[in-house]
Amino acid sequence: MIDEDSPGMNPGLAEAASGEFPGETENGNGRTPRWRKFLRSLKVPALAIFSALFLGGILIILTDTDVLWAWARFFNDPMRALTRSWEAVWDAYSALFAGAFGSLSAWSETLLRATPLILAGLAVAFAFKASLFNIGANGQMILGAIFSAYVGFTFDVTGWILVPLALAGGVLGGFLWGGIAGVLKATTGAHEVITTIMLNFIAAFLLAYFLTTDTFLPSGSANPISKNMLEQARLHRFIGGERVDIGIFVAIAAVVLVWWVLEKSTLGFQVKAVGLSPDAAKYSGMKVALIIALTLAAAGGLAGLAGATVVLGATGVLTGGVIGNLGFDAIAVALLGRSNPWGVLAAAILFGGLNAGAVNMQAETQIPVDIVIVIQALIILFVAAPGLVRAIYRIKKVDTEEAQSFTSSWGSS
Amino acid sequence: MTTIPANASADEIQAPTDGEVALEAEELRKAKRVGWIWIFVGVAIIWLFGFGSEAGVETTFNLSLESDLSITLPSRISCFVIGAIIVLLGIVQSMRPLPKRTIFTVLVVLLAVFAFLIWATRDSSFSMVGMLQSTLIRATPLALGALAGVLCERSGVVNIAIEGMMLFAAFMGSFAAAASGNLWIGFAVGVVSGGILAYGHAGLSVTYKVDQIISGTVINFFALGITSYLAAQILTKYPDLNRAGTFARIKIPILGDIPFIGEILFDNNIYVYVAYFLLPFVTFMLFKSRWGLRVRSVGELPKAADTVGINVYRTRYISVILGGGAAGLAGSFLSLGSVGSFQQNMTAGRGYIALAAMILGRWNPMGALGAALLFGFAESLQSKLAIIGTPIPSEFLLMAPYIVTLFFVAGFGGRAQPPAADGVPYEQG
Amino acid sequence: MKVELRGITKRFPGVIANEDVNLSVNSGEVLALLGENGAGKSTLMNCLYGLYKPDEGAILINDQIVDFETPGDAMAAGIGMVHQHFMLVPVFTVAENLMLGNESVNGPLGVLNLGDARKRINDLSDKYNLPVDPDALVRDLPVGVEQRAEILKALYRDADCLILDEPTAVLTPDEIAELEKVIRELADSGKSIIFITHKLGEVMRIADQIVVLRHGKVVGRTTPEDTTELGLASMMVGRDVQLVVDKPEAEPGAPMLEVRDLSVLDDRDAVAVESLDFEIRAGEILAVAGVQGNGQTELVEAITGMRPALTGSIHLDGEDITSATPRELWTRDLGHIPEDRQADGLVEPFSVADNLVLNTYNWKPFAKGILRDSSEVRSHANQLVEDFDVRTASIDTHAGTLSGGNQQKVIVAREFTHSSRLLVAAQPTRGLDVGSIQYIHGRIVAERDSGAAVLIVSSELDEVLALADRVAVMYEGRFSGMLEGDEISRNRIGLLMAGRTGDSVDSQDGDSQERDSQETDTREPPTQDPAANGSTE
Repeated sequence: MIDEDSPGMNPGLAEAASGEFPGETENGNGRTPRWRKFLRSLKVPALAIFSALFLGGILIILTDTDVLWAWARFFNDPMRALTRSWEAVWDAYSALFAGAFGSLSAWSETLLRATPLILAGLAVAFAFKASLFNIGANGQMILGAIFSAYVGFTFDVTGWILVPLALAGGVLGGFLWGGIAGVLKATTGAHEVITTIMLNFIAAFLLAYFLTTDTFLPSGSANPISKNMLEQARLHRFIGGERVDIGIFVAIAAVVLVWWVLEKSTLGFQVKAVGLSPDAAKYSGMKVALIIALTLAAAGGLAGLAGATVVLGATGVLTGGVIGNLGFDAIAVALLGRSNPWGVLAAAILFGGLNAGAVNMQAETQIPVDIVIVIQALIILFVAAPGLVRAIYRIKKVDTEEAQSFTSSWGSS
Repeated sequence: MTTIPANASADEIQAPTDGEVALEAEELRKAKRVGWIWIFVGVAIIWLFGFGSEAGVETTFNLSLESDLSITLPSRISCFVIGAIIVLLGIVQSMRPLPKRTIFTVLVVLLAVFAFLIWATRDSSFSMVGMLQSTLIRATPLALGALAGVLCERSGVVNIAIEGMMLFAAFMGSFAAAASGNLWIGFAVGVVSGGILAYGHAGLSVTYKVDQIISGTVINFFALGITSYLAAQILTKYPDLNRAGTFARIKIPILGDIPFIGEILFDNNIYVYVAYFLLPFVTFMLFKSRWGLRVRSVGELPKAADTVGINVYRTRYISVILGGGAAGLAGSFLSLGSVGSFQQNMTAGRGYIALAAMILGRWNPMGALGAALLFGFAESLQSKLAIIGTPIPSEFLLMAPYIVTLFFVAGFGGRAQPPAADGVPYEQG
Repeated sequence: MKVELRGITKRFPGVIANEDVNLSVNSGEVLALLGENGAGKSTLMNCLYGLYKPDEGAILINDQIVDFETPGDAMAAGIGMVHQHFMLVPVFTVAENLMLGNESVNGPLGVLNLGDARKRINDLSDKYNLPVDPDALVRDLPVGVEQRAEILKALYRDADCLILDEPTAVLTPDEIAELEKVIRELADSGKSIIFITHKLGEVMRIADQIVVLRHGKVVGRTTPEDTTELGLASMMVGRDVQLVVDKPEAEPGAPMLEVRDLSVLDDRDAVAVESLDFEIRAGEILAVAGVQGNGQTELVEAITGMRPALTGSIHLDGEDITSATPRELWTRDLGHIPEDRQADGLVEPFSVADNLVLNTYNWKPFAKGILRDSSEVRSHANQLVEDFDVRTASIDTHAGTLSGGNQQKVIVAREFTHSSRLLVAAQPTRGLDVGSIQYIHGRIVAERDSGAAVLIVSSELDEVLALADRVAVMYEGRFSGMLEGDEISRNRIGLLMAGRTGDSVDSQDGDSQERDSQETDTREPPTQDPAANGSTE
C-alpha cells in the first residue's frame, strides 16, 4: 500500500531534487550545443577541486615545522619563507600526482581503488535520482562482501562459473540489505537516512559475528580473518605484476547500465518521476512504493557488487575492516559526480587517484595520507555549496545550474 | 451573538457512524495484539529461561564493588515468577486494554531483561553495580550527543554531523589540555570547538541552504580528515601533546556513600554530572521558557515565527551552535573523561548512535537520555556477558539496540514525530 | 489609527508586483483591497507588514513616515496581519501561539507565564466576542476557530490596524457572516481594517471604501454605494466579463459511476467521507460543491484509486473498481484532473513532452518493452501542444516554467487524449485566467457530450453553477443536499454548504428564518450577477 504521508516524501524538496543538472537533460534553451553545456557543467567541480587543493596546500604549510620556522624569520629572509612553502606544497602534490597518474603501476593502483568507489558511488547516485539518501552503502557493501566471500571460498568450480556466481552473490547480499531499508521506507515511511545508518551498524556486527563462526574461519583459527578465496574465484589481474583487476570493467559496465536505465528505460523514467514529484508519479499511476523499495534495493545491489569486487579482488579474504569507510567515500563520489553515472566514474577515478597518490606522497614527503580526506571533504563542500564557489570566484549564477537539494528531509512540512 | 454552527454541531451527541465504528475496532485490535505479544514473551521466558535454568541453581547479583552487598535468587523460580507476571499482564491487556500502554511496555521489557540476566548468569555471581556503572558511563556521551541533535533539530536543522563535531572536539579538547597542562582548558576548548564546527553547519544549511544531510556529511568527512591528519602529523611527532589525562572522579559527600545507588550515581567525573544537569535543564527550558518556545516555533513553522518578529536565521544559528557545544562535551568526554588521549576516529560511530538515541527519545532530551541508557546498557551487558560466556553471540546483543531503533522508526510502537520544519531551509522575506 | 501607502512600487526579478500604489485607511474604516489572484494584493500588504521592503514609496502612520525592516517593526507600530495561511503552530496551544514573540515571562530564565497570557486572551475574547479556549491545541481546532485565534493573535499585540488576507476562502457562508460581524465590531471600536479579497459579494457588504488592483496597479477607487458587483468585476478583469458556458441540455444515459455506502479516512485517520451514496449517468455532469475540507479531496482520491475505501463500493459501468489502482482505472477510461496541478498533475522539472506521457510512458508506441522511444514521445507532444493550444517555447521546456493555464492545458491534453467514460476534475480552473477557464470548461462539456460521466469538485459557486447538471453539496463528509434542474440556485447551495439539510432549506421556518432573511439580504440573487466572480478566479 502506498503510504499517504511518508515524511520523507516532501514534494517541495523533491522538486528541486537532483536530476536536472546542466548537460544532462535538454531544457528550455535547447539550442546550446551539448559540448558547451558539458564544459559549463564542469566549471563548479573544477573550481571545487582547485579550491580544495589550495586549502590543502595551506594546511600542509601550517603543519610543516620547517616551513613554519622559515615564516618565523620572514622579515630576515622573506623569499626563503615563500620558497620553502612552495617547495613543501609542490613536493607533496607532485608526489601525490605521480602516485596517482604518473606511471602504469600508479594507474593500476588508482583504478583498483576506484573500482569499489565507482560501484558504491553509483549506489548512492542512483538512490539520489529517486530523492533517496542512501547513507547505507557501507552496510550494503559488507553484506555483499559476506555473500560473495562465502561463495568464493566454498564452491570449488571453474572460475568461469565461480566468479560470476560470487559477484552475483555480492549483488544479492547488497540487494537484500538495501531492500530492507527500501521496504521500510515504502511501507512505513521510515526515513532511509536513519534506517540505513542502523543497518550499517547491524551489518558490521553481523560481519563480526560471521568471523567467529566455523563456516567462515579456517579450521583451528580464532583470528577474525576468513578463509582465503579459492584461487579461481579471484578477479583476474590483466596487467602482469600490477594489482588492478577485471573489477574495473565490471564497474564500467555498471556505469553504462545505470546510465541506460536512467536515460533510456521506462524504469528510469519512473525513478526520476518519483524523485522529482512523488505525488505526480502516484497520480499518474506509478507504483511509488514499489519504485522506492526497488530503487533502494537496486542501489544496495550495486553497493553489494562493490563489496564483492573488494573481497574477490584486492584483499582475497574477509576481515572485519575489509570495507572500511568506502561506503562513506562513495557519498562524496556521488556528490562530486552530481549523481550522473559518468560523473560518478570520473569522480571515483579522481578519488581513487587521490587515495593511491597519498600513499606515494606519504612515502616521499612524510605528509600523512589523511590529508586526502580533508581534500575530499573540501571538494564536496564546494560542490554541495556552489554558492560558496560563486562567492569566492564571483561567478554569475546560471539559472539551470541550481539543483542542490538532493534528498528530502525528515521534517514533514 | 450566535456561535458558529460548525462548533455547535461538534458538541451534539451523535450516534457513531460506520466509519467511526470501524476505526475503533481497528484500535482495539491493535491493543489486543500487543496483549498477545506480551503473553508470547511471558511464555517464552518461562520456556527458555525458566526451564533453561537447572532446578536448584541460584543467581547472585553483587550490588556493591566496595562491600559484599548482594542478593541471591533461585534462578528457575524467579524466571517462572517473572514470566507469569508478564503473561498475566498480557491476558489483561488482550481482554481489556490497559491505560498507559507505554509504561507497561517499558515494564515488560525491563522484566524480560531481568529474567534474561537471571538465566544468563545462573550458577554464578554477577556484578550488577559494575554493569550499571558502565551503562551510565557509556550512556553519557550518547546522551550529550543526542542533546546536540535535539537542540539543532528542534530549531529545524537536521544534524547528522554529531559524529564529526564529537570527533573534532575530542581532538581539540585533548590537544588543548595536553598543550596547556590544564584539563579545564581542554574542557572549554572541547565545547568551543564543537560550537565552531556547528557554526559551519549552520552557515551551510541556514545561509547557503545546502541540503542539511549533505552539509552534515561534509562536516563528518572534514572532522575525520583533519583530526586524522593532525594526529598523524603532530601527535605522532610530539607524543607529549597526546597525554592529556582524565578528569578524576568526584565522590559526592553523603550521597556517594549510599550503597549501590551512591556507587552508581554519585561517584563520577565532571562530565557525568554536567550531563545530569544539562538534560533535565534543557528539557525544562525547551518546553517551559520563552527561549524554548521560540526555538520550537522556528522548528515547526518558521514563517509564523518570522511574522511575529522572531529572527529565524539567528535562532537557528544559536540553536545549532549550542548543539555543537553539547556535541563538544560529548566528544571531549571521550578523550578527557574516559581515555585520556586522542585516538584516530575515536568516536567510532557514537555520533550516529546519539542520532538514533535522539529519534528514539522523540526529540526530547529526557527521552534521549532514556534511549542512551538503553544503548549503554546493551553495550555494557554485552561486555560483561562476553566474559561470563552465554549461548547468545555477543554481536547480537550489540545489534539489539539498532534493531529496536529500526523498528521504532518504522512505526512499530508509535511513530516518532519530528519537528514539522526539520530539514527544510527557510527563505527569509 | 490612520495608515497610508504612498507611491509604493515593488519589483521582483522580471515582474513589477506593485506600481505606484496609493491608498489610505482611517480609524474605524474598512478598506477592501480587491483584485484577481496575482494582482499584487498580498505583495502590497507584505510591504506594509514589513515582510518585503518596497523599492519606492513610503508608508505613513498617523501622517508620520515609518520604515519597517521586519514584521516586528510593523507590529510595534500597531499593524497586525491575519494571514491567508494561518500562521499558527499546530502543536502549540492557542495561548502559546498568541504569546509567541510577545511573551510574558518570569525570572531570569524567562519561564513562560501562561496564566497571564490566558487572562489576557480571555479578556480579549470577551471584549471582541471571539470565544476560544487558550489551552486547546491549534491542530485540534476547526478552521473557523483557528481564524478567530489568528485575529486574537493580532489583537494580543495591540494592533490598531488589522490586515485580513483572503479571510473567507476557507469559511462556510455562516462563518463568513459571523466574520463580517466581527470585522464591523472591530472597526466600530476604532480599529482600521484592510480586507483583501477577490470575492465581490463580501466587498459590497462590509467595505467602506474599495480599492481595485490589477497587474499591480490601482485601477479603481469606489464605495459600495457607487458601484455594483458587475462594475467591480469588469474593473478587476479589465474588460466586460461574462461566464456563460455554451452548454446544450444534458442527455443522460445509463448510470456510469455508482457509489454505494462509501466511507473514507483522511490522513489523520479521521472519517472524512461518510456512507455516501450517489450515481452519475453517462452524459451528465455532477458538481460537488462545498467549502474546502469537507471530504471532497478524499472522495475524489477514493474514486481515482489514490486512497482506500474504508467501507462501501464503487462501480464503473457495472465493474467493481473499489480497490482498483490508478493504472487499472486509466485502462478503464478514467480521466483525472487533480486538485493540486503543480504537485500532483505534473513533474515540474520534467519536459512538457515527458509530462504528456506521464501515465502512458510504458505503452506502445512510447516504449518497446522497457526501452523508451523518445521520437514517438516527441511527435506525440508536438501534436498535443498544437491541438490543445499549449503556449510553450518548445516541448522540451520544463513544465514548471509554464503559466498556470498552460500547465492545466498540459494535464487536460494528457487526460483527454483518449475518450473517457468517467472524468473526474477537482478544482479544474483554480487560479486560472478567464481565457483558460473558458477553454477548459468548454472541453469538459465536450467530454460530457461525447458520453462521459463527469464529476466536478469545486469550491467556486460560479463554476458549479456554470457546469453542473446536478449539484451535490458536501458538508462534513456527507451530502447535505442534492439539487437538480430548477432547484439549483446560489442561495440553496450556500445554505447547504453550511450544513443545513434539504428540509430546513425548503421550509424556511423557526430560528433559521432570521439567518435566511439575512442571507437573502446580503447575497445578490443569482440572476443578477452571472458575471460576478467565477471569472475572477
